Amino acid sequence: MLVANIQVAETPLVLYALRRADDALILGHRLSEWCGHAPMLEEDMALSNIALDLIGQARELYTYAAKAEGKDNDEDKLAYLRDVRQYRNLLLVEQPNGDFAQTLVRQFFYSAFADLYWRAMMASRDPTLAAIAAKSEKESAYHLRHASEWIIRLGDGTGESHARVQAAIDHLWAFTGEMFAVDDGERALIHAGIAIDPGSLRGRWLTTLSDVISEATLTLPQNDWMQQGGRSGRHSEHLGHLLSELQSMQRTFPGQTW
Amino acid sequence: MVTVLERDSELRRRAWDAASSVVDPEIPVLTIADLGVLRDVVLDGDHVEVAITPTYSGCPAMNMIALEIEVALERAGFHRPKVRTVLSPAWTTDWMSEEGRRKLHAYGIAPPQASSSRRALFGEQAVACPQCGSDKTELLSEFGSTSCKALWRCKACREPFDYFKCH
Repeated sequence: MLVANIQVAETPLVLYALRRADDALILGHRLSEWCGHAPMLEEDMALSNIALDLIGQARELYTYAAKAEGKDNDEDKLAYLRDVRQYRNLLLVEQPNGDFAQTLVRQFFYSAFADLYWRAMMASRDPTLAAIAAKSEKESAYHLRHASEWIIRLGDGTGESHARVQAAIDHLWAFTGEMFAVDDGERALIHAGIAIDPGSLRGRWLTTLSDVISEATLTLPQNDWMQQGGRSGRHSEHLGHLLSELQSMQRTFPGQTW
Repeated sequence: MVTVLERDSELRRRAWDAASSVVDPEIPVLTIADLGVLRDVVLDGDHVEVAITPTYSGCPAMNMIALEIEVALERAGFHRPKVRTVLSPAWTTDWMSEEGRRKLHAYGIAPPQASSSRRALFGEQAVACPQCGSDKTELLSEFGSTSCKALWRCKACREPFDYFKCH
């Protein structure tokens, strides 16, 4: 690569903002891959709209991470000039779009969490994170409704759509545990009232899932084994491919602006 | 004799008028004041700083709105104005003015309703058709041509229409 990766001084607060920013950017990018390819025009617009919300959230969080770091970085450098191992997103959000069912199940698992997470984060003692939460909460509620309706329609649809959405649930389930994991740095932020304990959301998250999934005549896996690694930069093969596309312009034409 | 205070309040009014003349590039019948996007105009000497708030986190119109505000203020004689984005409190359609709602309706977009049942996962909504006024309407897509709109259809006159969704 022509352009060197930036270095980020990952204090607990910088890392915390960066992890949430990476979640939003990577999921937003995945959804944007549907633009022009979705099964129908309305859905093309829906997925692009959700992508836009997520990329907007990512920008706010990157800007905040850069400010908290207090070095020379900014939102663009953080997005475009970090390599795979420096990315801190959940493994869930980098999983490929697969078929439409897989995209919607990924979105459903994430949005059901994000809705609860941002609502709780509105009480953060950090005013910037609380402000970002207040905006993201409204958007996530909408994203969750959209995904939930599709899970019900596909699950309670034809034999084919039911089988596909159930397969997507079974496949992606092992990536959901990471949303509720906490490390020492985050524990300190939780103690200080800056972050919230995601473990406290798991019960309500499961209730949301069960309600929608049972209405959709689907079942949640009983399997408890969870795959982790994204939060510390150990990613699946897919993220490198995604980043090579996302970063190609900045890597080829360093510093290029509109 | 004009006191400093009077001069400042006159200047601030001129700055506010200039900034509030900027329209939403996607819905050009609404000014940013109608939308509630324009939050504050602060005067420091002859220097103006305008605070705006985004409707949605990723709304691509915000960059253009900021640029248009700068142009409007320069034209009104304020040099090097600054536009600041504030996130808190989060924008809500409750801030849309009555005038704004009327203009939206006249433009063919159903204005946002009061934000009571937003938290319900599958809340029932009844949106009247801005064309014929019928309440026999149905939702086509939660997401419309911009972040802030949903796509609806009237079952009476058969016309599709945009609904400025409640946020």
